[in-house]
Amino acid sequence: MILPLILIAAVTLAGAAVAMALRNLIHSALCLVLAWSGIAAFFLWAGAEFAAFAQALVYLGAISMVVLFAVLLTRQRTGPAREALRFPAGRSAAAVLVSGGVAGVMGWAVLGTALPAPPAAGVPVLTVRQLGTQLMGPHAAALLVVGLILTVALIGGVVIAATEAKNQDPP
Amino acid sequence: MNPLQLCLLISCALFGIGLAGALCRSSAILVLLGIELMLNAANLNLIAFWRFGPAPACATGVVFVLFAIAVAAAEAAVGLALIIALHRHQRSIRLEEAVRLKG
Repeated sequence: MILPLILIAAVTLAGAAVAMALRNLIHSALCLVLAWSGIAAFFLWAGAEFAAFAQALVYLGAISMVVLFAVLLTRQRTGPAREALRFPAGRSAAAVLVSGGVAGVMGWAVLGTALPAPPAAGVPVLTVRQLGTQLMGPHAAALLVVGLILTVALIGGVVIAATEAKNQDPP
Repeated sequence: MNPLQLCLLISCALFGIGLAGALCRSSAILVLLGIELMLNAANLNLIAFWRFGPAPACATGVVFVLFAIAVAAAEAAVGLALIIALHRHQRSIRLEEAVRLKG
């Protein structure tokens, strides 16, 4: 039971780390697809199939495509050399120190906490019917609010990204 | 080792990687992707606590993860629209060059 988890974690963490270290933005986005599919595999491992499918649909299907489109739309036109965005050494070292410190403190807290032993019942079974009953019953108000947030955010995104003809620079 | 602890440690590592990426990269797109990785680490925690928690029958963890994924999708849409607008205004998405509001 532990071995698949370690494999999934290795793939996810390696994909994320390589994505954050690469200079080419397209390669970074493709490595992040690997990391997100690793997270979906973790959800499958934990028995949350619906969350895994939602993760695959939203992240692998939608967000990766939107990120690739944004990378291609905002590419520098002065040559491929400008695309290799440099990151300065001092800031990189500071960022790695800070994030390592944060992760270390959190990991120390996790290791120092007496967590309850997991129940021996095995992987919990959660049917889509149960999930739908939960969503439409006790969480119906939250579901409506999330739908409203999505609508407002997508309309706002269109408004922000849309161009006005009179403001466009001559080519 | 307790598998719940292992899941939480994996989540810590993923959060650290996302934080490092968000802090050290110059490209606005990669900063946004680092923030997405941190959100994913939080989702990992929620699913782990649901899986190894005392009452997995009430699906609170999975429901919370679904809501978090929906909000992350909205955040990514708005963030990428902002990046495209930034690129239209200053012909670059480097965060060092976005200093127009600097006092």
